[in-house]
Amino acid sequence: MIGILDYGMGNLKSVQNSLSYLELENLVIDASTQFDEIGHLIIPGVGAFPKAMERILNKDYIRPIKEFAASGKPILGICLGMQLLADLGTEVEECEGLGLIPGIIELMKPSGLRIPHIGWNALKVNQSPVLLEQVKKSADVYFVHSYHFKAKEDRNVVARTPYGDDFVSIVQNSKGNVIGTQFHPEKSQKQGLKMLENFSRMPSC
Amino acid sequence: MLKKRIIPTLLLREGRMVKGVNFDSYRDTGDPVFASRVYNSQYVDELVFLDIDATSEGRETNAEIIEKVSKECFMPLTIGGGINSISTIRKLLNSGADKVVINSAAYTNPQLIIDGAKMFGSQCIVLGVDVKKEKDEYVLYKLSGRVKCQIPLIDHITSMVNIGAGEVFLNDISNDGKMSGYDHELIRLVNDSINVPLIACGGAGNFKHLEDAYHETGVDALAMASIYHFGDNNPIRARAYLMNHEIDIKKV
Repeated sequence: MIGILDYGMGNLKSVQNSLSYLELENLVIDASTQFDEIGHLIIPGVGAFPKAMERILNKDYIRPIKEFAASGKPILGICLGMQLLADLGTEVEECEGLGLIPGIIELMKPSGLRIPHIGWNALKVNQSPVLLEQVKKSADVYFVHSYHFKAKEDRNVVARTPYGDDFVSIVQNSKGNVIGTQFHPEKSQKQGLKMLENFSRMPSC
Repeated sequence: MLKKRIIPTLLLREGRMVKGVNFDSYRDTGDPVFASRVYNSQYVDELVFLDIDATSEGRETNAEIIEKVSKECFMPLTIGGGINSISTIRKLLNSGADKVVINSAAYTNPQLIIDGAKMFGSQCIVLGVDVKKEKDEYVLYKLSGRVKCQIPLIDHITSMVNIGAGEVFLNDISNDGKMSGYDHELIRLVNDSINVPLIACGGAGNFKHLEDAYHETGVDALAMASIYHFGDNNPIRARAYLMNHEIDIKKV
């Protein structure tokens, strides 16, 4: 069972629709007690970092998310959900993140290019996790964001994407069970759906 | 690098899809859900839905279409028409929309742009503008082209971008449905005055028009409708044409 974390500001519906389309059992999590019922967790997200952390805190999700990650079960953060995995956000104000993957969220500053970075752009993959099995190496995926994940360590970077300089488009923790995508797999047509299917196949130990 | 986008636009009226000329003389062009399904199978980059009567009829945006389409189309979905409150934006996003287009409400209630950007992020707040060329001047219109606005085009756009709009959807009334090419001067004028992405709409009649607009203006995205409704063109052929003419677009 894949849980989709509801903290009041995600694009839950799109994620849920894509999982249902793939015939993957899913459940919207809206209370911290529901974590026992799921083997995989997706943290979606649209909106600003501090507001999201505030809501996650108010819903008492922080401890169950951290325990879920520590137990080796797979977590996928999407867009803002990926950024929340970092140590620190700087959108609007400095704000502590979930601290599951070392890094800081910063405003993108691609010289001469427009922000937000909206549209389809390519992955430059430098690791091959289960998530990317049978996904094209330079797949075009859909982005819509202004901030990016500045990873502290290179080993956590699975893929980058060129926009001015390259920015980090997929991160994972050292154990490989916590993954974040800056793009929206649920909006990235067949390449993205393949990733969600792959995520569902990651072992839930 | 970021790919140029090709975005079919679906105008909604009484639950049907329509298309007109110069924002007038609308013709029925079919069932929007069926059309979305076809566009989805052709891997278009994004879909924009505009509920053209919502504001003038004083009703809420048609969320039902987004709800239906988002169950089977896994690509970005943008909807506009009648959006005048945070609760409408929330409802549309919860129904599966990724972005909303705010047009008429931006003139009377700019606070909606500010609050929308704060609540949901600039990336999902698209400013919609309808422009008509009158005696060599570009003039803004609201309420689907029915009411003329006094504020100058660029003043309006830049001030809305400054307070939170993360993208601009530019609809050219003068070229709408004419299928005789985009107004490059207008697109350049708007594109050069903002630092957020621009989607330009109005005038596409053949693939050369798309190529020319990308080359001549540097715009990020082009939207179109008639080109697919009236004739045997489709997004697959558009993509093949543009690739052959060295426009960097999404590979599928």
